[in-house]
Amino acid sequence: MSDHHSATSHGDDHHGLGHQVPTGLLFGVLIALLFLTGITVWTAKEIDLGKLNILIAMLIASAKASLVALFFMHLRWDKPFNGIVLVASVLFVSLFIAFAMMDTHAYQPDIIDRQAPAMVDRQ
Amino acid sequence: MADAVQTSGASAGHEGPHGHHDPNLAHHFDTMEQQFECGKLGMWLFLATEVLLFGGLFCWYAIWRSNHPEVFVYGAQKLDWKLGGINTIVLLVSSFTMAWAVGCAQRGNRQGLLLGLGITFLGGIGFMGIKSVEYTEKFSHGYYWGGSYNPTHHEEGHAADHADGEHAETADAAHAEAGAADSHGDGHAADSAHGEESVADSAGELAPQEVRPPAALAGLSAERLTELGYEPSKVLLAAEAPGGLAASAPPTSETKLSAEEVRNVHLFFSIYFCMTGLHGIHVLIGMAVIGWLFVRALRGDFGPGYFEPVDLGGLYWHLVDLIWIYLFPLFYLI
Repeated sequence: MSDHHSATSHGDDHHGLGHQVPTGLLFGVLIALLFLTGITVWTAKEIDLGKLNILIAMLIASAKASLVALFFMHLRWDKPFNGIVLVASVLFVSLFIAFAMMDTHAYQPDIIDRQAPAMVDRQ
Repeated sequence: MADAVQTSGASAGHEGPHGHHDPNLAHHFDTMEQQFECGKLGMWLFLATEVLLFGGLFCWYAIWRSNHPEVFVYGAQKLDWKLGGINTIVLLVSSFTMAWAVGCAQRGNRQGLLLGLGITFLGGIGFMGIKSVEYTEKFSHGYYWGGSYNPTHHEEGHAADHADGEHAETADAAHAEAGAADSHGDGHAADSAHGEESVADSAGELAPQEVRPPAALAGLSAERLTELGYEPSKVLLAAEAPGGLAASAPPTSETKLSAEEVRNVHLFFSIYFCMTGLHGIHVLIGMAVIGWLFVRALRGDFGPGYFEPVDLGGLYWHLVDLIWIYLFPLFYLI
């Protein structure tokens, strides 16, 4: 976790522009990301939980995305507003998908054998 | 260095790394710190629009997956998760080297910056190389998007395997819809019981443009078809042919099973090619940015006092990585 470049110790943070992330920490994050990738593959291939599988895969992906955003994109040390911009965009995407899913589920009774009527009418 | 270049407000509290005006400070900023933070915020706003852009496509995926889950489970089996996994590793490592390159730029380590950018660029080449191998493999099996989806095994001639069965069904759908009593359509209807070979063959003769997305009418009852304005006699004769729209006959072999049960696989490949294709375009743009950064780094533009382009280019590259982190499990694994 320590930086090999003696010129930049942790106390030096506010000297230059931005925060310098120690190389050791970046490498640790990379190892964690590769490990989580392995976990994703393993859970998807070896464990069959039906519909829960997609949830698990998305949770692991979100953990990986958080690691990338916090450390590689140094949001952890940035002004909070940059993080708010990212989180807001993700929240609005979630809202968008959630309402779209509610809508499509409301039309489930009209779907015959998983064929959307609109597709048929356009034929 | 050239402090005369800076004319406006830079004296108002500007503290460059070496105590003089920085030629990299744009005139509309007071300090390098302000310029750095502004540029970063602008980049984050742009990245937010990128998230929204991909968000629309993720919504597409979510809706179609919830309505046709079996299509996605089947489609994922047609992708090589090992190649996808290798690509994930390549992208993660290149993200690490990019972050490391930014650190090198901050520390004034030009060799490290060049090395980091170089490895990251190579990572991009590796990713696109593997991607092109994957795409080529899909195309060779006729796994295209939407109406172009036309799974055939060209190397095996017109073997009447499951892929051809599905192919035939698209052809029949086209005939039934047009109401054209041409030779193909009548032929299928006549030998509806054992027409597997001829159905597959005639389907092979059709030009790709004539092939429609398969099974748009599949599973509809005769009443529903009448409601929709179709003549059941025409539709159902074709539909009852082997591999036809009705698909009521139990599968006769393992190979037929998958195709008989899984329809609309073109949905999967439409989303797959659209999302990974757009992601690939982002990788190419990221590589162009990294190449430009590399040239500037060679010129010695960057140092502890000015490395913002490296930092922002890095943010873009990490976002490309972020998107792939979601794409990989969604398409290859589940």
